[in-house]
Amino acid sequence: MIRLALALLLIAGAANAARAPETLTDPAKEAHARALQKEFRCLVCQGESIDESNAPLAADLRRLIREHIARGDSDDQIRRYLVARYGEFILMKPPLESDTYALWFAPLLVLLAGAAVAALVIRRARACAGEQPLTDR
Amino acid sequence: MIGEIGQLALCLALALAMVQSAAGFAGLRAGAGAARAVASSSALGLFVFVALAFGALVYAFVVSDFSVADVAENSHTLKPMLYKVTGVWGNHEGSMVLWTLVLAIYSAAIAILKRGGERLTAAALGVQGLLAVAFLLFILLTSNPFLRIDPMPFEGQGLNPLLQDRGLAFHPPMLYVGYVGLSATFAYAAAAMITGDVERGWARAARPFLLAAWVALTCGIAGGSWWAYYDLGWGGFWFWDPVENASLMPWLAATALLHSALATERTGAFRTWSLLLSIAAFSLSLIGTFLVRSGVITSVHAFASDPMRGEFILLILSLAIGGALALFAWRAPKLASGAAFEPVSRESAFLVNNVLVVTALAAVFIGTLYPIALSAVDVKLSVGAPYYETFFAPIFVALMIVLPFGPQLSWRRGDLKAAMRALAPAAGLAGLAFALELAIATPRALAGAGSFAVAAWVIGASAVDIFGRARRRAVSAAALAAALAHAGLGVTLMGVAGVTLWRAEALAVLGPGESVHVGDYDLKLLGVSKANGPNYVAARAEIEIRSGGRTLGRMAPEQRMFPVEGQEVAQTAIRTTGLSDLYVALGDERGGGRWAIRAYVNPLAPFIWFGAAIMALGGLTGLWARLRAGLFARWTAPAAAERA
Repeated sequence: MIRLALALLLIAGAANAARAPETLTDPAKEAHARALQKEFRCLVCQGESIDESNAPLAADLRRLIREHIARGDSDDQIRRYLVARYGEFILMKPPLESDTYALWFAPLLVLLAGAAVAALVIRRARACAGEQPLTDR
Repeated sequence: MIGEIGQLALCLALALAMVQSAAGFAGLRAGAGAARAVASSSALGLFVFVALAFGALVYAFVVSDFSVADVAENSHTLKPMLYKVTGVWGNHEGSMVLWTLVLAIYSAAIAILKRGGERLTAAALGVQGLLAVAFLLFILLTSNPFLRIDPMPFEGQGLNPLLQDRGLAFHPPMLYVGYVGLSATFAYAAAAMITGDVERGWARAARPFLLAAWVALTCGIAGGSWWAYYDLGWGGFWFWDPVENASLMPWLAATALLHSALATERTGAFRTWSLLLSIAAFSLSLIGTFLVRSGVITSVHAFASDPMRGEFILLILSLAIGGALALFAWRAPKLASGAAFEPVSRESAFLVNNVLVVTALAAVFIGTLYPIALSAVDVKLSVGAPYYETFFAPIFVALMIVLPFGPQLSWRRGDLKAAMRALAPAAGLAGLAFALELAIATPRALAGAGSFAVAAWVIGASAVDIFGRARRRAVSAAALAAALAHAGLGVTLMGVAGVTLWRAEALAVLGPGESVHVGDYDLKLLGVSKANGPNYVAARAEIEIRSGGRTLGRMAPEQRMFPVEGQEVAQTAIRTTGLSDLYVALGDERGGGRWAIRAYVNPLAPFIWFGAAIMALGGLTGLWARLRAGLFARWTAPAAAERA
């Protein structure tokens, strides 16, 4: 029932801009909302988070997040709610799970492999340097 | 008529590109002087005909010839002249002609400068000719800008208003000079493998092209980020959008290559790696083009997308990468390691640089392509700024801590103690910056103090390096180039830290006469009036700026509506002191004459682009030194050229 009400609110959101303001009066809660909304992707512009997007959907989602915060929902509850509605695509930071192990660990592997190769190259170059007379520039 | 001239010029250019390629490869045989001359003059001819085609297209846009489909779809008679011209590359077809024009300019430069000798030049022209054939075929078969429409429409459909911007006019050509410049490095690397001379010569021959490409990419990326900063209206300067990443990847590869190819050129170290990196850098340019043009990703850049184009670019991509890697496999037995250096040496410093930069590159590459790969198996996933920042922050901090040692260490065998003694003042400066930042900055941020310390360390090290060399009377243009490029990176880091950590913002709905406070400023809305431009209608807010009881002046952000394209675009107002930006954007009307206003104070924001400009200046210094040496080499003994 609450969901239905929220969905209606979402649809009506743009029209009721004056009634449901995009900012919370409590500065601490507002700062919290600003921080939280950077975590979600605008589904219209895709390149930007809903914190940065000019699209009406992003404005609706910003309001929605404030509704939840005003009600005292935790960040995790809000995240779960948005992911349930829009899928994991809405998260700017992909969660660490079986689908994303490669995403998160591949750069680390590149770093380790690069460091290993560099160490080998340095060792071999040193061996070569031992055989040849070195000339400083 | 002009359309047919352009079409004919493109066909003739295709024929010349084929001749250039065939003659270039024929010029590999000893005594094939005639073939080499044909390859060179074909390269010049190619440039002439591609320039003619490009000129024809510009003319069609300037006179609004709507019988040409490309013009009708992307232009409008009411558009200001500047945007009629820049609209030529504000669409897919025209931008590919520009791409080919830049390729032809590089081919002509290779033919004229003849760096690395006749044989290497002939092979490089052969490779460049193949690339020109591929792109001209791509244009003629899938993206012909000169197609006519019948009946001819009375009016064009206009250009995306976001692209109607002075800053953006020069961003795409700049990026193309960078992307395509890497084709010259690629061509020299391939030429080295074809001729079998994989020692140092090709790296020296390719250097000016690599520097030009790097400078252009630096300016192009900085320009794009500046555009995002003032045009999107949220005060952000980098969004880790796939298209931005597509330009960042070649830049990172070129940055790594600038270092490894320098080592190859000077001491013969990292031959294999420099060849591979040259192939990778240009491949990333092609991948970037593929990503942007194929419609795999959606963005403001992805104009009209057509699967056939994507497939064609994918074909070019696989032939270029596959061919280059096959060449590499063929020559691999010749690529014995020539490296002989101590663990403490400039070569080792460059190795550390390459490991870190390539890791950053891998993070961008994986982050950009992983969601596309997963979408093939119907998993929708998005990778945003937090992912990239997780990797970039530690990698760049590590990189910048190690960076100052590079210029201080000699080739082959460096003296770590002497380097540390020389760098002591820079370390002192870093400590001072750290303490000062903790003392005066509000809110206090350890990350900010750390960033400033690292930036001071890098900038101080550049200064120390140049002063040290000046005392020894040994300042070279190359040393100055490195010092500037490194210091520029430090300046950019300060800007990034300032905006990220100390931005102040205010979001308010104001009626006339009401004020909002942001940072040290009071902004009072005087009123909102209508203002009409050549092809838009705008709401313009007059805002009075006060600080410390004094009136500083007025700012006038606008909200522009482009009726032809049916889009609204915010025109932000920025008031900069050089140290910080006051940034105001006008939102939408909220009823009763009240308007949404967003205001930011972005401390040190200008440093982001100052830093990029200093980096580019460093690259230009290096380029100038190289070209001067190259031009002199024609009149001086070969030994002098060897030293240059």
